[in-house]
Amino acid sequence: MESLVNIFVRSVFIDNMIFAYFLGMCSYLAVSKTVRTSMGLGVAVTFVLVITVPVNFLLEQYVLKKGALVWLSDSFATLDISFLSFIMFIAVIASIVQLVEMVIEKFSPSLYNSLGIFLPLIAVNCAILGASLFMQEREYANIGEATAFGLGSGIGWWLAIVALAAIREKMRYSNVPAPLRGLGITFILTGLMGMAFMSFLGITL
Amino acid sequence: MGKVEKVSLLSAKNKKLLKNPLGIENPVTVQVLGICSALAVTVKMKPAIVMAISVTVVVALSNMIISLIRKSIPGRIRIIVQLVVIATLVIIVDQFLKAFAFDVSKQLSVFVGLIITNCILMGRLEAFAMSSDPWPSFLDGIGNGAGYGLILIIVSFFREFLGSGTVLGYPVMEKLGVYNFGYEDNGMMILPPMALIILGLIIWFQRARNKSLIETS
Repeated sequence: MESLVNIFVRSVFIDNMIFAYFLGMCSYLAVSKTVRTSMGLGVAVTFVLVITVPVNFLLEQYVLKKGALVWLSDSFATLDISFLSFIMFIAVIASIVQLVEMVIEKFSPSLYNSLGIFLPLIAVNCAILGASLFMQEREYANIGEATAFGLGSGIGWWLAIVALAAIREKMRYSNVPAPLRGLGITFILTGLMGMAFMSFLGITL
Repeated sequence: MGKVEKVSLLSAKNKKLLKNPLGIENPVTVQVLGICSALAVTVKMKPAIVMAISVTVVVALSNMIISLIRKSIPGRIRIIVQLVVIATLVIIVDQFLKAFAFDVSKQLSVFVGLIITNCILMGRLEAFAMSSDPWPSFLDGIGNGAGYGLILIIVSFFREFLGSGTVLGYPVMEKLGVYNFGYEDNGMMILPPMALIILGLIIWFQRARNKSLIETS
């Protein structure tokens, strides 16, 4: 139990997807103009991460890893098909995103419309595939840890995008030098927020 | 099909495809594509250069392949078809790096895999390759890969030079002897947030010189 909380807190604050690894920057920059839409995208990303990371964990454990197919037949004990993990992970992610898209369209058409093109683009959001690849690289012990990591990463991403959107809403009233307006100042803002988040590095878990 | 276009392989139009992404249509600073990996791999120049080459190869080839089969892809499932093509190419690049440049491959860690979800790829496929012939698509891929690589190399140069005092691993600052005068490397440069700030400054510089890029809002 303790290790689950550790992994969760770590992935929200210390290994934050945006501030430590810059994953999912494209939609992060494009959708963070208002707090409302960024809330919606944050929820969608968290939801997709909570499903895809455990599913990909099972895939890794029972299909891709070296000797993982041993439950099928003993002759597969030395088979290692982990080089196929990119294509398998992305297939799982693309189909789950499709599912989420249909669910949101059914239950919240207004959110669906405001997310627009960015919902299908979650499939190519680096944060989602990145989380699965980090899960593979860090070799989490069981599905509980993988889920905690997925949830934590999603919430960390959510937190980051809502915080940036709130700042950008206020930025409209400030006098930014013309060439820096828009994209430039957003990068510098994110950098400053990242420095603030780095103060969490001191926490030992 | 039908009409055979009489354009030379490097006509003025095609040259533009190669040149524009380096400047006024840069994928990173103007189109806002592919930021994710642009920042994470720029602590040192060597991984940045390897990453730039890998992305260029994947963009150029996937652009060309998708352009070749664009007429037989059903519209509804095009994203998954594109992802399969890209993922296959990325697997090849990944295996190649693991075989011939293992240390760099370890440094890049998950970011080679993340080329799949690099927005430059999807962006260029959707915006260009789905509606153009193979050769221009190939050039467009090379151009955008190079534009991306240019930003990567500029950012990584400053981060490595100011952060570790080296250029491509060569200890420039030490050879200049500036450490004797009390100079110290700026540890902040190695940390992730500085990459964002350097990129912000590059955008500022570019837009200050090219007023047409300034956002009005």
